[in-house]
Amino acid sequence: MASEAKDMTKQEVQHPVETERTRVRKVYVPQVDIYETKDSIVLVVDMPGVDEKSVDITLEKNVLTITGEVPQTDYKGYNISYAEYETGDYQRAFTISDEVDRDKINASVKNGVLKLTLTKAEKAKVKKIAIKAD
Amino acid sequence: MFGTSIGRFRMDPLRELQRLQRDINRTFSGFDSLLAVREYPALNVLQSGQDIIVTAELPGINPDKLNISVVNDSLTLSGSRDPEVLKESEVYHRQERNYGHFSRTINLPFAVDTDKVDASYKKGILTITLPRAEKEKPKKITIKAT
Repeated sequence: MASEAKDMTKQEVQHPVETERTRVRKVYVPQVDIYETKDSIVLVVDMPGVDEKSVDITLEKNVLTITGEVPQTDYKGYNISYAEYETGDYQRAFTISDEVDRDKINASVKNGVLKLTLTKAEKAKVKKIAIKAD
Repeated sequence: MFGTSIGRFRMDPLRELQRLQRDINRTFSGFDSLLAVREYPALNVLQSGQDIIVTAELPGINPDKLNISVVNDSLTLSGSRDPEVLKESEVYHRQERNYGHFSRTINLPFAVDTDKVDASYKKGILTITLPRAEKEKPKKITIKAT
């Protein structure tokens, strides 16, 4: 794609999580874009193979954890003749600050991309201070 | 002097190196699965005797901007992913996802019936089903006992 310097292959997580998973599956770190707008922080996460039912978002204390489960697709009667990628689940966690309003988190999934909008708390919004001219 | 002799034989050293690299890559192509992939998108190819299934993970693509073309036994996949356009006051904290145009051509294990190629795009995964061309189907040869 456009920027060739970036690694485009999937990166498998080195230490998935401290807790052990019950399902024996590979876990991948999804690629994410995070940008800040005036009122919110937006996370755009690439998770091909997930839909709105298979994504789990939890916010515990300051840790926002995104988990996506990808069902194993079986192609009966087919043999793999060439494989460049493997499928697995997704997991990634971010530490967020108190600036986020916990009750106003919106999430949507479209075409395997999760969009998470974290609304900034009132107190964290930038207040513009007008300077009075004497 | 040396330069002119190279010129006479039309040998471009860089080109020769690239050709050599290609040859080596081809020789070891059986080993380049999974880790050595640098082309986008990564593809998985499955086959039965009758069909080929090609899958690719292409999250966040507009299916209208995806082009799939098949000529005999070569499949070309191209498209693009548009970047999100931020407003002036908005700033990126991190940007890991890739954007832009991509194109990839692969050789299929056998020629396919181009009229019956079927493609679907669900949950960011593209699945292309390509049925084997009728003339390419293996024929069973019976041995007559005499």
